[in-house]
Amino acid sequence: MSSPEAYAKPVPVPDPDSAPFWAGCREQRLMIQHCDDCSRHQFPPSNICAHCGSGRLSWKQASGAGKVFSWIVVRHPVPRPVYIDDVPYVVALVELAEGVRMPSNVVGCAPEDVVADMPLKVAFKQVTEEVVLPLFEPA
Amino acid sequence: MGTARRSAYALKDKYAIVGIGTTDYSANSGRTVRALAIEASANAISDAGLKPADVDGIVSYNFNDSAPAIAVATGLDIPNAGYAVDFLAGGNAANLIVLSAVAAIEAGLADTVVCYRAMNGRSGFRLGGGREFRALGPTQYTAPFGWITYPQAMAMWCRRYQIEYGLTPEQLGNVAVTLRENAVLNPRAMQRKPMTMDDYLASRPIVDPFRMFDICLETDGACAVVVTSAERARDMKQKPVYIMGGAYGGGPQQGDDLFDCIRWPDHSKNYSHYIADDLWRSAGVTPNDVDVAEIYDCFTYSILMQLEGLGFCGLGEAGSYIADGHIRRDGKLPVNTHGGLLSEGYIHGFNHVIEAVEQLRGQSGPRQVPDAEIALTTAGAMTCGSAMILRR
Repeated sequence: MSSPEAYAKPVPVPDPDSAPFWAGCREQRLMIQHCDDCSRHQFPPSNICAHCGSGRLSWKQASGAGKVFSWIVVRHPVPRPVYIDDVPYVVALVELAEGVRMPSNVVGCAPEDVVADMPLKVAFKQVTEEVVLPLFEPA
Repeated sequence: MGTARRSAYALKDKYAIVGIGTTDYSANSGRTVRALAIEASANAISDAGLKPADVDGIVSYNFNDSAPAIAVATGLDIPNAGYAVDFLAGGNAANLIVLSAVAAIEAGLADTVVCYRAMNGRSGFRLGGGREFRALGPTQYTAPFGWITYPQAMAMWCRRYQIEYGLTPEQLGNVAVTLRENAVLNPRAMQRKPMTMDDYLASRPIVDPFRMFDICLETDGACAVVVTSAERARDMKQKPVYIMGGAYGGGPQQGDDLFDCIRWPDHSKNYSHYIADDLWRSAGVTPNDVDVAEIYDCFTYSILMQLEGLGFCGLGEAGSYIADGHIRRDGKLPVNTHGGLLSEGYIHGFNHVIEAVEQLRGQSGPRQVPDAEIALTTAGAMTCGSAMILRR
């Protein structure tokens, strides 16, 4: 990656539901919502629990452990100028130990080495002055 | 799966498609989307033996890439539409708008409704290029990781299916090759050059597990149909094609937009698994009764998932079902007899409705399925979608 000013990829715009998640990433903490009534987690965040409808939600730090639920290998860059230096890259639906799924990139291994259920751990990456993304690498 | 809802479409054979119209399908129409929509709609109205003054409803779906219903009503000079609606929706709505036209007529809002989809899908707004290049709302969890385009979205589903059941490149290739065989016989099709399995396998990798020929075309063009009651249909120019049944839906946790599938329970199954019971129940027929099936094929893979979801074969069996030749024109379930979105063109699934009507009227020329009496049309590939059973 070149200088942060030149970062051309989409950067997340936090909203009232998601602000604690992105703020957590800036502190290298993977924060996900936890329902204080049914004790389940959810991601992406919402104003109520998708499992039981409760509004009693709190934010808990996830362990950062997960595994590959599904993955793709992007070979054709779209838009071309933005991703031409990145292809091939891996996007995975990561199943966290807490039972929720999260899209991310798998880094730190060849795309060909990614397999289903492969154990992963979170690896934070600062991409602009304000934004840190939660990526995953082989555990 | 997919608990059937207590109610289902309950107007079997009471409504009919009485007119169809299209424009040319091309990569560069050189025309406004409004002009394409008006031409296809006017053709459908004329095909029905009607005039615009006989129409009093109009409905379409778009991604902010089309001419709105009132613009087309204005262009056609429909005097006073009692139902004029634009669905902000993707291919999942291609059958829903027809069912909504029926609902509007049944409710007394209109008597005769034009349904259309128009797009400059290649020269104008290209759906395949991805959504807006930004990361807010649902896209804040996807776009920052370079997960942006529909091929990238659907590849994730296809991979999950592959993990669950196994899937070879040749099994996907069989779909592309079979549909191309149909397109070769279709003068409307954009891709009429024969395709071999070697051609398929040699096509460029785009996003694993998809190659170029797993991905549908991008098209400028429009299609329209006219819907009215069976009673009015009896006196019209064309033999009516009756709407036997239909369904729209999906499963739980469909997500915050069409791309979002983070919470979807099982990506080896799509919306079709959830609407199957309602669909077959509404029409009172079974998969064995279908003579021709026009199945939403934004990607090769989506056909496999819908064959399983709608019960034409068991879970994980679609690859071998297709390899056995069952979806070929001379097979037990001819699929996408026009070449589909993969080889005829991408009018966002509405061209499937046109082809089904032509097949049931016996107007499909060299690609005609002999004596086709009952057709299935489907629309959608991921968490939500619609389908209809039509009969002559």
